[in-house]
Amino acid sequence: MAPPRRTITIDPVTRIEGHAKITIQLDAAGAVETARFHVTEYRGFEKFCEGRPFTEMAAITARICGICPVSHLLAAAKTGDKILAVTIPPTAEKLRRLMNLAQITQSHALSFFHLSSPDFLLGWDSDPARRNVFGLIAANPDLARAGIRLRQFGQGVIEALGGRKIHAAWSVPGGVREPLGEETRDRISAGLPEAFAITERALGLFKTLLDTQLGEELEVFGSFPSLFLGLVGPGGLWEHHRGAEAGCGIRIVDSDGQIVADGLREDDYASFLAEAVEPWSYLKFPYVRALGPEAGSYRVGPLARLNLCERIGTEQADRELLELRQRGGRVVTASFLYHLARLIEILACLEQMQQLLDDPTITATHVRARAGVNAHEAVGVSEAPRGTLFHHYRVDENGLIEAVNLIIATGQNNGAMNRTVTQIARHYLSGERLTEGLLNRVEAGIRCFDPCLSCSTHAAGQMPLLVELVGADGQLRDVLRRD
Amino acid sequence: MSVRTLRIDGRDLAVPEGTTLLQAAREAGIAIPTLCHLEGLSPVAACRLCLVEIEGTDKLLPACITPASEGMVVQTATPRLQDIRRTVVELLFTEGNHVCAICVANGHCELQDLAVTTGMDHSRLPYRFPARRVDLSHPFFGLDHNRCILCTRCVRVCDEVEGAHVWDVGWRGEHCRIIAGLDEPWGAVDACTNCGKCVQVCPTGALFHKGDTTAEKHDEPAQLQALVHARHHQQWNP
Ligand code: SF4
Ligand code: SF4
Ligand code: FES
Repeated sequence: MAPPRRTITIDPVTRIEGHAKITIQLDAAGAVETARFHVTEYRGFEKFCEGRPFTEMAAITARICGICPVSHLLAAAKTGDKILAVTIPPTAEKLRRLMNLAQITQSHALSFFHLSSPDFLLGWDSDPARRNVFGLIAANPDLARAGIRLRQFGQGVIEALGGRKIHAAWSVPGGVREPLGEETRDRISAGLPEAFAITERALGLFKTLLDTQLGEELEVFGSFPSLFLGLVGPGGLWEHHRGAEAGCGIRIVDSDGQIVADGLREDDYASFLAEAVEPWSYLKFPYVRALGPEAGSYRVGPLARLNLCERIGTEQADRELLELRQRGGRVVTASFLYHLARLIEILACLEQMQQLLDDPTITATHVRARAGVNAHEAVGVSEAPRGTLFHHYRVDENGLIEAVNLIIATGQNNGAMNRTVTQIARHYLSGERLTEGLLNRVEAGIRCFDPCLSCSTHAAGQMPLLVELVGADGQLRDVLRRD
Repeated sequence: MSVRTLRIDGRDLAVPEGTTLLQAAREAGIAIPTLCHLEGLSPVAACRLCLVEIEGTDKLLPACITPASEGMVVQTATPRLQDIRRTVVELLFTEGNHVCAICVANGHCELQDLAVTTGMDHSRLPYRFPARRVDLSHPFFGLDHNRCILCTRCVRVCDEVEGAHVWDVGWRGEHCRIIAGLDEPWGAVDACTNCGKCVQVCPTGALFHKGDTTAEKHDEPAQLQALVHARHHQQWNP
């Protein structure tokens, strides 16, 4: 009997809620031609924002992109600053930085300890029902607990600054809503030593694993040349918050370490970035306009930020950065090292938090500038844990939103995720049968990028996945589904 | 002054003539939910949240405007009344666009509080999602029609207390909305004195201070009473 013919279409009707769907396309010779990671979540909130006061954008975007609300809060507030055309009080700037550092810490801790480490600690072929944070707790209770503590520390800082209701928009156009009290500052400082210790331990452990047993992952899990894009600070320092101001700006490098562009201003993003739309994904695919969709495809996020900067600017993190470069080259192209980059960034965040907390002006009480609508269009940029985040608003003379465009990190890594899945499929697929082991590795390949899709934040081993294998004739050869 | 005796929720009360059922109940510590009513403004009985049952009549009457009369027997919290109140709150929610999570009044909103006290955990009625506008033309304040429940507190305070009469209710039926001047942008109405009283008495996030973000509206409508009281008693004259 001939296998059933099927046309694979992804539209809002046939999409599978919360599942990441992957199609592996074979060529005539039965080898993997391409693999596509379909993002089937569609929020359509750009439309939803029209007619709303721009002051609500932080709350709206934080609500809708529930995975990293703080990043949207900060990007929205920065875009709002530009609509007010104000320079925010220096302490407000420092407090926003503090919150972003805490956000990166907690998000990276979640990605590394909860979502990804069960993969490398428990093994690819281990039972998916146990290959999760609970399995990790059973196998390595200390590490699991440490990961939870580190994440709690980051979340605690966010809560101390913004209050319980993170969604309630603590960072606002013009600055922040509440100054930092001395007592809270001291409480945050007191948590730092433990956070440092946990990070150092995880770094040691992960580097050992890389040296001893993760060689194949380094080669196969998304190792390819590409561009990298992100913010850099004055003198090429690692940067996570400031856009084109005070010597900061957007930089693009290629895999050879050549600076393709530098000092780009977020306001001009449309001139250097273009967004391709593919019928099979709701995510847009941004690329460097001048180079076209293929050559202009780039990666963002922790590894990109470390590739872009000359140095981080703090002692411990810089030492680790040097080691990373010894391991992976001046520009690291192995996506698996996103994990190591996350740990190094946590260290950088902790060091910079320490510096901010030691600054006596951090508790100053002038933290908000008030003004009316002084500009009708603005672009704000910030480094979210997952990569560069752009907010672009156009408002009428009273500040009501006329148009919104958001470029999110996961969209920018979209092309790289597809290439990673393709590379993994090529390496591990044999014949025309999908196996659990392949599924696990595909999942882990996607996790290198820590995509901000609700389906991706399920515990490891439990990412709801649907993988389809399609022959050159367009016929479905095999399907594997995990709920 | 003559006195009226009546019974509310089984309690015998004596109140001066002209006292409303709402005042009588509140004096006795019996809570009746209200929304359009605000002490210090003339009553309009628009929202129907304060409906009570009175023995001898099938009609439900609004406590905020019904005077106490001799021998009345009143129930304020029967299951029927509770269901009606919840339905009224559901109607208010589904009739506009209330996204509390992004609203300036989140956490300080009388409508939201009522959803809690009437036990409205979800709406049994479909949401209408009307297309409504936000008016940010005023230099200091904004009006979001999406959150307006047409309680007319703003209309009354502006007319009765400030004496500017900027606000009115325009149009009919589902098109009914608060209008400034002759349905002009608020910022274009010269009569507005920028006093902010309408913002202060608005029970929801419909009227707000421009620039305020989520949950930043902390106005206290009851503060109006101090002003009205002071005026009445000429407290500013030494
Ligand atoms: S006015 Fe605002 S807080 Fe109140 S119910 Fe409506 S949306 Fe919610
Ligand atoms: S704007 Fe506020 S005070 Fe005026 S009618 Fe609407 S809800 Fe009531
Ligand atoms: S409070 Fe009595 S009808 Fe509104």
